[in-house]
Amino acid sequence: MKPSPLSRLFLLLAALLAAWQVAIGIEGLERIPVLAYTVGFGVLLVACLLLIILGLEILESPVVVVVSTVIPLSLSLGLVWEHLAAWRTPYLLFVAAGFLTIVITRSLPLKGRLPTILLAVVHGVAGMVIFLLPSVLAAQGAARPGFALVGLGGALIGLGGLLLSFLKAGRPIVPRETILRILPALLLLMTAAFVAGFALG
Amino acid sequence: MTKLRLYLPLIKTLQTGLLLATGLAGYLSAHTAPSGWILLGVAGSLFLAISGSTVLNMWYDRDIDAVMNRTHHRPLADGRVSPNEALRLGLILSALGVGWGVAMSPLYGLVVFAGLFFDVVVYTLWLKRRTCWSIVWGGISGGMPILAGRVMAISQIDLVGVLLSMAVLFWIPTHILTFSMRYFADYQAARIPTFPSTYGFETTRAVIALSAIVAAASMGVAGVMIGVQAGFLRLMAVLSAGLLVLSFATVFRPSERVNYSLFKYASLYMLASMVLLAL
Repeated sequence: MKPSPLSRLFLLLAALLAAWQVAIGIEGLERIPVLAYTVGFGVLLVACLLLIILGLEILESPVVVVVSTVIPLSLSLGLVWEHLAAWRTPYLLFVAAGFLTIVITRSLPLKGRLPTILLAVVHGVAGMVIFLLPSVLAAQGAARPGFALVGLGGALIGLGGLLLSFLKAGRPIVPRETILRILPALLLLMTAAFVAGFALG
Repeated sequence: MTKLRLYLPLIKTLQTGLLLATGLAGYLSAHTAPSGWILLGVAGSLFLAISGSTVLNMWYDRDIDAVMNRTHHRPLADGRVSPNEALRLGLILSALGVGWGVAMSPLYGLVVFAGLFFDVVVYTLWLKRRTCWSIVWGGISGGMPILAGRVMAISQIDLVGVLLSMAVLFWIPTHILTFSMRYFADYQAARIPTFPSTYGFETTRAVIALSAIVAAASMGVAGVMIGVQAGFLRLMAVLSAGLLVLSFATVFRPSERVNYSLFKYASLYMLASMVLLAL
Protein backbone atom coordinates (compact mmCIF):
# COMPACT_ATOMS: atom_id res chain seq x y z
CA MET A 1 0.00 0.00 0.00
CA LYS A 2 1.52 3.25 -1.18
CA PRO A 3 1.32 5.93 1.51
CA SER A 4 -0.97 8.85 0.69
CA PRO A 5 0.64 12.31 0.38
CA LEU A 6 -0.66 13.13 3.86
CA SER A 7 0.84 9.94 5.30
CA ARG A 8 4.16 10.78 3.63
CA LEU A 9 4.02 14.24 5.16
CA PHE A 10 3.35 12.74 8.61
CA LEU A 11 6.26 10.33 8.19
CA LEU A 12 8.57 13.08 6.97
CA LEU A 13 7.67 15.28 9.94
CA ALA A 14 8.20 12.36 12.31
CA ALA A 15 11.62 11.73 10.69
CA LEU A 16 12.57 15.40 11.03
CA LEU A 17 11.50 15.48 14.68
CA ALA A 18 13.51 12.32 15.39
CA ALA A 19 16.51 13.86 13.60
CA TRP A 20 16.15 17.03 15.66
CA GLN A 21 16.04 14.98 18.86
CA VAL A 22 19.22 13.07 17.93
CA ALA A 23 21.10 16.22 16.91
CA ILE A 24 19.92 18.76 19.46
CA GLY A 25 17.32 17.39 21.88
CA ILE A 26 19.67 15.17 23.92
CA GLU A 27 22.64 17.51 24.16
CA GLY A 28 24.29 17.65 27.57
CA LEU A 29 23.13 14.26 28.91
CA GLU A 30 25.40 11.48 30.15
CA ARG A 31 27.03 9.13 27.68
CA ILE A 32 24.71 6.11 28.11
CA PRO A 33 21.42 8.05 27.83
CA VAL A 34 22.80 9.89 24.79
CA LEU A 35 23.71 6.55 23.23
CA ALA A 36 20.36 4.98 24.14
CA TYR A 37 18.27 7.90 22.86
CA THR A 38 20.42 8.14 19.71
CA VAL A 39 19.71 4.48 18.96
CA GLY A 40 16.00 4.82 19.74
CA PHE A 41 15.32 7.99 17.79
CA GLY A 42 17.82 6.94 15.11
CA VAL A 43 15.91 3.73 14.42
CA LEU A 44 12.71 5.75 14.36
CA LEU A 45 14.24 8.19 11.86
CA VAL A 46 15.52 5.51 9.48
CA ALA A 47 12.26 3.55 9.83
CA CYS A 48 10.22 6.61 8.83
CA LEU A 49 12.44 7.21 5.80
CA LEU A 50 12.09 3.58 4.71
CA LEU A 51 8.31 3.74 5.14
CA ILE A 52 8.28 6.76 2.82
CA ILE A 53 10.52 5.02 0.28
CA LEU A 54 9.07 1.52 0.32
CA GLY A 55 5.51 1.99 1.46
CA LEU A 56 3.61 0.67 4.43
CA GLU A 57 3.82 -3.00 3.41
CA ILE A 58 7.25 -3.27 4.99
CA LEU A 59 5.44 -3.20 8.32
CA GLU A 60 4.47 -6.79 7.56
CA SER A 61 8.11 -7.87 7.23
CA PRO A 62 9.36 -10.19 10.01
CA VAL A 63 12.35 -7.87 10.58
CA VAL A 64 9.95 -5.18 11.86
CA VAL A 65 9.38 -7.17 15.06
CA VAL A 66 13.07 -6.99 15.92
CA VAL A 67 13.52 -3.39 14.80
CA SER A 68 10.41 -2.20 16.65
CA THR A 69 11.81 -3.74 19.83
CA VAL A 70 14.89 -1.54 19.67
CA ILE A 71 12.88 1.68 20.04
CA PRO A 72 11.14 1.01 23.39
CA LEU A 73 14.14 -0.84 24.82
CA SER A 74 16.60 1.96 24.10
CA LEU A 75 14.26 4.79 25.14
CA SER A 76 13.39 3.04 28.39
CA LEU A 77 17.10 2.39 29.08
CA GLY A 78 17.81 6.10 28.66
CA LEU A 79 15.01 7.00 31.08
CA VAL A 80 16.07 4.46 33.70
CA TRP A 81 19.69 5.56 33.46
CA GLU A 82 18.71 9.18 33.96
CA HIS A 83 16.12 8.78 36.69
CA LEU A 84 16.55 5.44 38.49
CA ALA A 85 20.23 5.28 39.35
CA ALA A 86 19.85 2.14 41.49
CA TRP A 87 18.34 0.20 38.58
CA ARG A 88 20.91 1.11 35.94
CA THR A 89 22.87 -2.15 35.78
CA PRO A 90 19.94 -4.56 36.22
CA TYR A 91 17.94 -2.72 33.56
CA LEU A 92 20.91 -2.61 31.17
CA LEU A 93 21.18 -6.40 31.57
CA PHE A 94 17.44 -6.75 30.96
CA VAL A 95 17.68 -4.68 27.79
CA ALA A 96 20.64 -6.70 26.47
CA ALA A 97 19.05 -10.03 27.38
CA GLY A 98 15.62 -8.97 26.10
CA PHE A 99 16.97 -7.84 22.74
CA LEU A 100 19.05 -11.00 22.29
CA THR A 101 16.05 -13.13 23.21
CA ILE A 102 13.88 -11.44 20.60
CA VAL A 103 16.59 -11.78 17.92
CA ILE A 104 17.14 -15.47 18.73
CA THR A 105 13.48 -16.44 19.01
CA ARG A 106 12.70 -14.63 15.75
CA SER A 107 15.65 -16.20 13.92
CA LEU A 108 14.99 -19.82 14.93
CA PRO A 109 11.99 -21.76 13.65
CA LEU A 110 10.42 -22.12 17.11
CA LYS A 111 6.88 -23.43 17.42
CA GLY A 112 4.34 -22.65 20.12
CA ARG A 113 3.65 -19.45 22.01
CA LEU A 114 7.10 -18.95 23.56
CA PRO A 115 8.33 -16.31 21.04
CA THR A 116 5.10 -14.33 21.43
CA ILE A 117 5.17 -14.52 25.23
CA LEU A 118 8.80 -13.39 25.38
CA LEU A 119 8.06 -10.55 22.97
CA ALA A 120 5.10 -9.46 25.09
CA VAL A 121 7.23 -9.51 28.27
CA VAL A 122 10.09 -7.47 26.76
CA HIS A 123 7.75 -4.97 25.06
CA GLY A 124 5.50 -4.83 28.08
CA VAL A 125 8.26 -4.00 30.57
CA ALA A 126 9.90 -1.41 28.28
CA GLY A 127 6.53 0.13 27.43
CA MET A 128 5.49 0.37 31.08
CA VAL A 129 8.79 2.04 31.97
CA ILE A 130 8.34 4.65 29.23
CA PHE A 131 4.70 5.24 30.19
CA LEU A 132 4.94 5.16 33.98
CA LEU A 133 8.33 6.61 34.86
CA PRO A 134 7.86 10.07 33.27
CA SER A 135 4.22 10.21 34.39
CA VAL A 136 5.12 9.40 38.02
CA LEU A 137 8.09 11.77 38.04
CA ALA A 138 5.93 14.57 36.67
CA ALA A 139 3.10 13.81 39.12
CA GLN A 140 5.49 13.79 42.10
CA GLY A 141 7.05 17.06 41.03
CA ALA A 142 10.45 15.43 40.55
CA ALA A 143 10.29 16.56 36.93
CA ARG A 144 8.46 19.42 35.24
CA PRO A 145 4.84 18.66 34.22
CA GLY A 146 5.75 18.65 30.55
CA PHE A 147 7.83 15.52 31.09
CA ALA A 148 4.56 13.57 31.33
CA LEU A 149 4.36 13.93 27.55
CA VAL A 150 7.13 11.32 27.32
CA GLY A 151 4.69 9.00 29.12
CA LEU A 152 2.06 9.87 26.54
CA GLY A 153 4.60 8.93 23.86
CA GLY A 154 5.04 5.64 25.70
CA ALA A 155 1.29 5.04 25.62
CA LEU A 156 1.20 5.79 21.90
CA ILE A 157 4.15 3.48 21.21
CA GLY A 158 2.19 0.78 23.05
CA LEU A 159 -0.85 1.46 20.88
CA GLY A 160 1.34 1.28 17.76
CA GLY A 161 2.79 -2.03 18.90
CA LEU A 162 -0.71 -3.35 19.51
CA LEU A 163 -1.84 -2.34 16.01
CA LEU A 164 1.28 -3.94 14.50
CA SER A 165 0.62 -7.16 16.35
CA PHE A 166 -2.97 -7.12 14.98
CA LEU A 167 -1.46 -6.77 11.52
CA LYS A 168 0.90 -9.69 12.12
CA ALA A 169 -1.90 -11.86 13.48
CA GLY A 170 -3.36 -12.03 9.99
CA ARG A 171 -6.94 -11.57 11.19
CA PRO A 172 -6.83 -8.11 12.68
CA ILE A 173 -9.67 -6.80 14.84
CA VAL A 174 -9.20 -3.46 13.11
CA PRO A 175 -9.13 -3.67 9.26
CA ARG A 176 -5.63 -3.78 7.73
CA GLU A 177 -6.24 -0.62 5.66
CA THR A 178 -7.34 1.30 8.75
CA ILE A 179 -4.22 0.26 10.64
CA LEU A 180 -1.97 1.28 7.76
CA ARG A 181 -3.80 4.60 7.46
CA ILE A 182 -3.52 5.34 11.18
CA LEU A 183 0.10 4.34 11.73
CA PRO A 184 1.88 7.32 10.10
CA ALA A 185 -0.21 9.77 12.16
CA LEU A 186 0.42 7.69 15.25
CA LEU A 187 4.17 7.68 14.58
CA LEU A 188 4.13 11.45 14.23
CA LEU A 189 2.10 11.97 17.41
CA MET A 190 4.34 9.58 19.32
CA THR A 191 7.55 11.27 18.14
CA ALA A 192 6.12 14.72 18.80
CA ALA A 193 5.12 13.67 22.32
CA PHE A 194 8.60 12.33 23.04
CA VAL A 195 10.37 15.37 21.63
CA ALA A 196 8.08 17.82 23.44
CA GLY A 197 8.32 15.82 26.66
CA PHE A 198 12.11 15.82 26.65
CA ALA A 199 12.21 19.51 25.76
CA LEU A 200 9.71 20.53 28.45
CA GLY A 201 10.80 18.02 31.11
CA MET B 1 9.46 27.38 -23.24
CA THR B 2 8.96 24.24 -25.37
CA LYS B 3 12.71 24.04 -25.95
CA LEU B 4 13.40 24.48 -22.27
CA ARG B 5 10.99 21.65 -21.48
CA LEU B 6 12.92 19.45 -23.89
CA TYR B 7 16.30 20.49 -22.53
CA LEU B 8 15.44 19.84 -18.87
CA PRO B 9 15.56 16.02 -19.13
CA LEU B 10 18.94 16.37 -20.85
CA ILE B 11 20.51 17.72 -17.68
CA LYS B 12 19.04 15.05 -15.34
CA THR B 13 17.79 17.63 -12.86
CA LEU B 14 17.83 15.38 -9.77
CA GLN B 15 21.35 14.09 -10.36
CA THR B 16 22.62 17.56 -11.24
CA GLY B 17 20.87 18.96 -8.17
CA LEU B 18 22.48 16.41 -5.88
CA LEU B 19 25.97 17.05 -7.30
CA LEU B 20 25.37 20.77 -7.01
CA ALA B 21 24.41 20.27 -3.37
CA THR B 22 27.73 18.48 -2.76
CA GLY B 23 29.58 21.42 -4.33
CA LEU B 24 27.80 23.96 -2.15
CA ALA B 25 28.35 21.78 0.92
CA GLY B 26 32.05 21.58 0.03
CA TYR B 27 32.22 25.38 -0.01
CA LEU B 28 30.23 25.81 3.21
CA SER B 29 32.13 23.00 4.98
CA ALA B 30 35.10 25.36 5.37
CA HIS B 31 32.92 27.51 7.65
CA THR B 32 34.65 30.65 6.48
CA ALA B 33 32.53 33.79 6.36
CA PRO B 34 30.49 32.88 3.28
CA SER B 35 30.27 35.45 0.53
CA GLY B 36 26.92 35.54 -1.21
CA TRP B 37 28.52 36.38 -4.55
CA ILE B 38 31.04 33.55 -4.33
CA LEU B 39 28.30 31.14 -3.28
CA LEU B 40 26.27 32.27 -6.28
CA GLY B 41 29.34 31.83 -8.48
CA VAL B 42 30.00 28.32 -7.16
CA ALA B 43 26.34 27.40 -7.69
CA GLY B 44 26.22 28.92 -11.19
CA SER B 45 29.51 27.58 -12.51
CA LEU B 46 28.94 24.10 -11.10
CA PHE B 47 25.38 24.00 -12.39
CA LEU B 48 26.55 24.92 -15.88
CA ALA B 49 29.53 22.54 -15.88
CA ILE B 50 27.58 19.57 -14.45
CA SER B 51 24.67 20.22 -16.80
CA GLY B 52 27.05 20.55 -19.75
CA SER B 53 28.81 17.26 -19.02
CA THR B 54 25.46 15.52 -18.55
CA VAL B 55 24.20 16.79 -21.92
CA LEU B 56 27.44 15.69 -23.62
CA ASN B 57 27.10 12.30 -21.93
CA MET B 58 23.54 11.99 -23.25
CA TRP B 59 24.62 13.15 -26.69
CA TYR B 60 27.26 10.43 -26.93
CA ASP B 61 25.09 7.70 -25.38
CA ARG B 62 21.96 8.42 -27.43
CA ASP B 63 22.27 5.06 -29.23
CA ILE B 64 22.40 3.26 -25.87
CA ASP B 65 19.46 5.25 -24.54
CA ALA B 66 17.42 4.33 -27.60
CA VAL B 67 17.62 0.57 -26.87
CA MET B 68 17.07 0.77 -23.13
CA ASN B 69 13.49 0.61 -21.86
CA ARG B 70 14.23 3.06 -19.08
CA THR B 71 15.70 5.73 -21.36
CA HIS B 72 14.27 5.32 -24.85
CA HIS B 73 11.82 8.18 -24.29
CA ARG B 74 14.57 10.73 -23.65
CA PRO B 75 14.46 13.70 -26.04
CA LEU B 76 17.69 12.75 -27.82
CA ALA B 77 16.92 9.05 -28.00
CA ASP B 78 13.47 9.57 -29.53
CA GLY B 79 14.58 12.36 -31.88
CA ARG B 80 12.81 15.35 -30.33
CA VAL B 81 16.21 17.03 -29.94
CA SER B 82 18.73 16.67 -32.75
CA PRO B 83 22.26 15.41 -31.92
CA ASN B 84 23.89 18.59 -33.26
CA GLU B 85 21.64 20.77 -31.16
CA ALA B 86 22.46 18.72 -28.03
CA LEU B 87 26.17 18.77 -28.80
CA ARG B 88 26.11 22.56 -29.18
CA LEU B 89 24.14 22.94 -25.95
CA GLY B 90 26.50 20.63 -24.04
CA LEU B 91 29.62 22.39 -25.29
CA ILE B 92 28.24 25.86 -24.57
CA LEU B 93 27.12 24.93 -21.02
CA SER B 94 30.45 23.22 -20.31
CA ALA B 95 32.51 26.12 -21.64
CA LEU B 96 30.46 28.65 -19.68
CA GLY B 97 30.75 26.60 -16.49
CA VAL B 98 34.50 26.04 -16.72
CA GLY B 99 35.10 29.60 -17.95
CA TRP B 100 33.14 31.07 -15.04
CA GLY B 101 35.07 28.77 -12.68
CA VAL B 102 38.48 29.80 -14.04
CA ALA B 103 37.47 33.45 -13.81
CA MET B 104 36.62 32.98 -10.13
CA SER B 105 39.82 31.11 -9.27
CA PRO B 106 42.20 29.18 -11.55
CA LEU B 107 42.55 26.25 -9.11
CA TYR B 108 38.78 26.06 -8.65
CA GLY B 109 38.32 26.19 -12.42
CA LEU B 110 40.88 23.42 -12.84
CA VAL B 111 38.99 21.12 -10.45
CA VAL B 112 35.71 21.90 -12.23
CA PHE B 113 37.40 21.13 -15.54
CA ALA B 114 38.85 17.88 -14.13
CA GLY B 115 35.34 16.76 -13.17
CA LEU B 116 34.08 17.51 -16.66
CA PHE B 117 37.08 15.83 -18.31
CA PHE B 118 36.82 12.63 -16.24
CA ASP B 119 33.08 12.43 -16.85
CA VAL B 120 32.95 13.18 -20.56
CA VAL B 121 36.30 11.99 -21.94
CA VAL B 122 37.50 9.24 -19.59
CA TYR B 123 34.17 7.81 -18.45
CA THR B 124 31.77 8.38 -21.33
CA LEU B 125 33.92 8.44 -24.47
CA TRP B 126 36.69 6.07 -23.47
CA LEU B 127 35.70 3.50 -20.85
CA LYS B 128 31.93 3.15 -20.44
CA ARG B 129 31.48 0.76 -23.36
CA ARG B 130 34.71 -1.13 -22.64
CA THR B 131 34.84 -2.00 -18.95
CA CYS B 132 32.61 -2.09 -15.91
CA TRP B 133 35.43 -0.37 -14.01
CA SER B 134 34.50 2.83 -15.82
CA ILE B 135 32.33 3.68 -12.81
CA VAL B 136 35.48 4.37 -10.81
CA TRP B 137 36.23 7.25 -13.18
CA GLY B 138 32.61 8.30 -13.15
CA GLY B 139 32.89 8.26 -9.36
CA ILE B 140 36.04 10.38 -9.35
CA SER B 141 34.23 12.83 -11.56
CA GLY B 142 31.29 12.81 -9.13
CA GLY B 143 33.66 13.69 -6.31
CA MET B 144 34.95 16.80 -8.08
CA PRO B 145 32.10 19.25 -7.29
CA ILE B 146 32.54 18.83 -3.53
CA LEU B 147 36.31 19.20 -3.88
CA ALA B 148 35.81 22.24 -6.09
CA GLY B 149 33.54 23.88 -3.52
CA ARG B 150 36.07 23.22 -0.78
CA VAL B 151 38.92 24.58 -2.95
CA MET B 152 36.94 27.74 -3.63
CA ALA B 153 36.61 28.33 0.11
CA ILE B 154 40.20 27.62 1.22
CA SER B 155 42.18 28.15 -2.01
CA GLN B 156 43.95 24.80 -1.78
CA ILE B 157 43.36 21.05 -1.96
CA ASP B 158 43.41 19.72 1.61
CA LEU B 159 42.92 16.33 3.27
CA VAL B 160 39.30 17.13 4.16
CA GLY B 161 38.55 17.91 0.52
CA VAL B 162 40.10 14.63 -0.57
CA LEU B 163 38.14 12.73 2.10
CA LEU B 164 34.90 14.37 1.00
CA SER B 165 35.65 13.43 -2.61
CA MET B 166 36.37 9.88 -1.48
CA ALA B 167 33.08 9.79 0.38
CA VAL B 168 31.25 10.66 -2.85
CA LEU B 169 33.40 8.27 -4.92
CA PHE B 170 32.65 5.33 -2.61
CA TRP B 171 29.02 6.35 -2.17
CA ILE B 172 28.46 6.09 -5.91
CA PRO B 173 28.42 2.25 -6.03
CA THR B 174 25.54 2.22 -3.50
CA HIS B 175 23.66 4.27 -6.06
CA ILE B 176 24.95 3.13 -9.47
CA LEU B 177 25.51 -0.58 -8.81
CA THR B 178 22.08 -1.00 -7.23
CA PHE B 179 20.76 0.75 -10.33
CA SER B 180 22.66 -1.57 -12.68
CA MET B 181 21.20 -4.58 -10.85
CA ARG B 182 17.68 -3.15 -11.06
CA TYR B 183 18.02 -2.46 -14.79
CA PHE B 184 20.23 -5.45 -15.57
CA ALA B 185 18.27 -6.43 -18.70
CA ASP B 186 18.42 -2.90 -20.05
CA TYR B 187 22.21 -2.74 -19.76
CA GLN B 188 22.51 -6.22 -21.29
CA ALA B 189 20.38 -5.13 -24.24
CA ALA B 190 22.61 -2.10 -24.74
CA ARG B 191 25.76 -4.25 -24.31
CA ILE B 192 27.17 -2.03 -21.60
CA PRO B 193 29.53 -3.91 -19.30
CA THR B 194 28.40 -3.59 -15.69
CA PHE B 195 29.57 -5.14 -12.45
CA PRO B 196 26.59 -7.53 -12.29
CA SER B 197 27.13 -8.71 -15.87
CA THR B 198 30.90 -9.07 -15.42
CA TYR B 199 31.27 -10.39 -11.87
CA GLY B 200 27.76 -11.54 -10.98
CA PHE B 201 25.20 -10.21 -8.49
CA GLU B 202 26.83 -11.68 -5.39
CA THR B 203 30.17 -9.96 -5.97
CA THR B 204 28.38 -6.74 -6.88
CA ARG B 205 26.50 -6.78 -3.58
CA ALA B 206 29.75 -7.34 -1.69
CA VAL B 207 31.34 -4.40 -3.52
CA ILE B 208 28.33 -2.24 -2.60
CA ALA B 209 28.65 -3.16 1.08
CA LEU B 210 32.40 -2.55 1.18
CA SER B 211 32.14 0.77 -0.62
CA ALA B 212 29.35 1.85 1.74
CA ILE B 213 31.69 1.24 4.68
CA VAL B 214 34.44 3.36 3.10
CA ALA B 215 31.95 6.09 2.13
CA ALA B 216 30.49 6.29 5.63
CA ALA B 217 33.95 6.24 7.23
CA SER B 218 35.27 8.96 4.91
CA MET B 219 32.24 11.13 5.57
CA GLY B 220 32.57 10.62 9.34
CA VAL B 221 36.29 11.36 9.47
CA ALA B 222 35.82 14.42 7.26
CA GLY B 223 32.99 15.56 9.56
CA VAL B 224 35.21 15.24 12.63
CA MET B 225 38.09 17.06 10.92
CA ILE B 226 35.78 19.86 9.81
CA GLY B 227 34.61 20.24 13.39
CA VAL B 228 30.95 19.40 12.83
CA GLN B 229 29.03 19.74 16.12
CA ALA B 230 28.64 16.58 18.22
CA GLY B 231 24.88 16.43 17.70
CA PHE B 232 25.18 16.66 13.92
CA LEU B 233 27.92 14.02 14.01
CA ARG B 234 25.53 11.77 15.93
CA LEU B 235 22.90 12.33 13.29
CA MET B 236 25.43 11.61 10.57
CA ALA B 237 26.33 8.36 12.36
CA VAL B 238 22.66 7.37 12.50
CA LEU B 239 22.19 8.03 8.79
CA SER B 240 25.43 6.17 7.99
CA ALA B 241 24.24 3.24 10.09
CA GLY B 242 21.08 3.14 7.98
CA LEU B 243 23.18 3.08 4.83
CA LEU B 244 25.36 0.28 6.19
CA VAL B 245 22.42 -1.82 7.39
CA LEU B 246 20.75 -1.57 3.98
CA SER B 247 24.05 -2.31 2.19
CA PHE B 248 24.60 -5.41 4.30
CA ALA B 249 20.96 -6.40 3.84
CA THR B 250 21.63 -6.52 0.09
CA VAL B 251 24.38 -9.07 0.82
CA PHE B 252 22.67 -11.24 3.41
CA ARG B 253 18.99 -10.81 2.50
CA PRO B 254 19.08 -9.86 -1.18
CA SER B 255 15.81 -8.86 -2.77
CA GLU B 256 14.56 -6.34 -5.30
CA ARG B 257 12.91 -4.41 -2.46
CA VAL B 258 16.11 -4.09 -0.42
CA ASN B 259 18.05 -3.15 -3.54
CA TYR B 260 15.53 -0.42 -4.41
CA SER B 261 15.42 0.90 -0.87
CA LEU B 262 19.22 1.21 -0.80
CA PHE B 263 19.15 3.02 -4.14
CA LYS B 264 16.64 5.56 -2.84
CA TYR B 265 18.05 5.83 0.66
CA ALA B 266 21.55 6.47 -0.71
CA SER B 267 20.37 9.71 -2.35
CA LEU B 268 18.66 10.88 0.84
CA TYR B 269 21.78 9.96 2.79
CA MET B 270 24.02 12.03 0.55
CA LEU B 271 21.71 15.04 0.62
CA ALA B 272 21.31 14.90 4.40
CA SER B 273 25.06 14.48 4.94
CA MET B 274 25.72 17.53 2.78
CA VAL B 275 23.30 19.61 4.83
CA LEU B 276 24.98 18.47 8.05
CA LEU B 277 28.47 19.26 6.73
CA ALA B 278 27.34 22.71 5.70
CA LEU B 279 25.68 23.64 9.00
